[in-house]
Amino acid sequence: MNKNHEPLFHIVKRSDITLKKAMLIRGIALLSGLVSICLLMLIFTGANPFAVIGQLFSGAFGTQRRFWILLRDSCLLLGVGLALVPAFKMKFWNLGGNGQILIGSLVSIICMKYMGEAGVSDPIIILVMIPSSIIAGAIWALIPAIFKAFFNTNESLFTLMMNYIAAGIVSFFLAVAVTSGSGTLPTLSTGNLPNLGNQYLLTIIVVILLLVIMTIYLKYTKQGYELTVVGESQNTARYVGINVKIVIIRTMVISGAICGLIGLLLAGSINHTVNTESAKNMGFTAIMVAWLAKFNPLIMIATSLFITFLTRGMSQVQTAFGITNNSISDIIIGLVYFFIIGCEFFIQYQVIFIKKQKKKELQEKESEQ
Amino acid sequence: MMTTLFNSIIPAAIAIATVFLFGCTGEIIMEKAGHLNLGIPGIMCMGTVGGCVGVRICVLMFGTHTINWFVLVLLTLIFSALFSCIGALIYAFLTVSLKCNQNVTGLALTTFGAGFADYFMTAINKSNFAGASKVIRYSLPFASNLGVFGKIFLDHGVLVYIAIAIAIATSLILSKTRIGLSLRAIGENPATADAAGINITKYKYLAIIIGSIIAGFGGVFYVMDYVGGSWENSFTIQAFGWLAIALVIFTVWKPALAIAGSIVFGILYVVPYYTSGISFAQMKILNLLPYVVTVIVLIITSIVGRKNVQPPQSLGMSYFREER
Repeated sequence: MNKNHEPLFHIVKRSDITLKKAMLIRGIALLSGLVSICLLMLIFTGANPFAVIGQLFSGAFGTQRRFWILLRDSCLLLGVGLALVPAFKMKFWNLGGNGQILIGSLVSIICMKYMGEAGVSDPIIILVMIPSSIIAGAIWALIPAIFKAFFNTNESLFTLMMNYIAAGIVSFFLAVAVTSGSGTLPTLSTGNLPNLGNQYLLTIIVVILLLVIMTIYLKYTKQGYELTVVGESQNTARYVGINVKIVIIRTMVISGAICGLIGLLLAGSINHTVNTESAKNMGFTAIMVAWLAKFNPLIMIATSLFITFLTRGMSQVQTAFGITNNSISDIIIGLVYFFIIGCEFFIQYQVIFIKKQKKKELQEKESEQ
Repeated sequence: MMTTLFNSIIPAAIAIATVFLFGCTGEIIMEKAGHLNLGIPGIMCMGTVGGCVGVRICVLMFGTHTINWFVLVLLTLIFSALFSCIGALIYAFLTVSLKCNQNVTGLALTTFGAGFADYFMTAINKSNFAGASKVIRYSLPFASNLGVFGKIFLDHGVLVYIAIAIAIATSLILSKTRIGLSLRAIGENPATADAAGINITKYKYLAIIIGSIIAGFGGVFYVMDYVGGSWENSFTIQAFGWLAIALVIFTVWKPALAIAGSIVFGILYVVPYYTSGISFAQMKILNLLPYVVTVIVLIITSIVGRKNVQPPQSLGMSYFREER
């Protein structure tokens, strides 16, 4: 028995990888994700894989309305992603996107409902609700940021708890404001944000503006540079004279404010009402969007489009194949996440099979002779 | 007030505390091995599905007869463990073998697990789950006659005692055995542990799998024991998962302390339901208690952070042998 047998392969960290190869690896991961969707659908429902893919595309692009919704939803997701990017670049795990969106939404709805009932005209309501919801989101992020900056409190759990506190406050509001006992707030007609051409365009334009501003902020401003340095190493940042505490608080306020803005769009332009699930888990999904794009705002356009494509497409697949249970899209999106997360390994590391390597060395020797 | 406290609040708190205790013990094992698993909520959901598959099999096996208590508990736990294992293996493969970011992997696993539970728990035939739940909750017949003492200490289903036993056993293994020492070494400094000849990959995989199985029991307990075999959605179990992760910090990575900590959380959770004379809206505010207290606890532990209550040093970092 040869006791110290050779391992089958060994792993080497890549020093650099061409963009083309990295993209190829990501492409393969996406493709395996899609294949697994089809396989799962085949197992659970016996659906024809090609029909599934067809419905997936039809759900996302099939009609003009679906296409607009796809654009709007991916813009919303992109917006939340843009909110999270500065925080994540600073290595601040802001898992509180949901709460920050929700509280922004709630404040907008409170303005819409109570000012509307008092007979205030729409433009004034809108003028009040824009700053107030943005400030609400900012405050929701500011609280954990202050404690992180001064006491190094665990920010991921803190922001998570803030999500549940926001949800709790929303259910408190619903318990107070909804007198009918149904527990759902009927859609409000007062204080709605204006329609630009169609009901989807406002969100899209706001987020595109946000994208431009954020790209410039991160890439070309001193503040954007500072937060990157803080993320790389707090000691370095301190050493070169960056006030780490201020950077953490400032960045999180920006992060929360953008989430609040998304909440405003959700409340004022899309839902016109609020419930505990109004944030549609975008705070988490956007983490994926940002992380998959390596925190590059421009690549995030693609990742948010892709994830929204999957969500929208899967909801169509469900309808088409008569699946009444709408959680299957969560399973499938989770599965695709695993593939995309896993593929990062192959971008960062190289797997070398020992047998192949030996063969190669042997061939090289022979050719030398 | 005092009678409600001892007759209803504390027994109910101990029951719900079991969910936190399972989750917290599981997470402590993983964190000791250096893995901050944010997928716990997802894994608890998957464990729930597994347990319910076990219950379903039992219901089919016994048909109209009374379900045998031992078989039911055994099958429930085995299937729960199997399903949690799937989640654990996904997480372990991605974070240990493929060295992916633990937070992101955990969040993806939570999305996956929650969807998994929402799908299968709606799809599964839940007929006679209420009956099975009564069997799982079976406690000593004379317990409720023993007054306050019986209600607090004896009048619970077997899973409550399993949770406490697991927490104590984990505490002993971590602090008194060689295995525990190796595990802690990996969490503190994997390179040193590697040099000492400890098989890092094996330990990490095992810690993640065992931790996940324990956490998964928490979900099963909630559905099959606490709420009596009904299912609404995965939202509550997710919240329990996050609270369990927060509890790990509260209990400074000590499973024995987790028993007390989870009872405190349990009391906070049940108090709104036993406070008389409050409106629906006021109850919604009281429902925030566990989360607000968690925040306060996080702040306090960070302010008075001493040297001996720090998290494992390499928590959240992946280990690559050739990288020094």
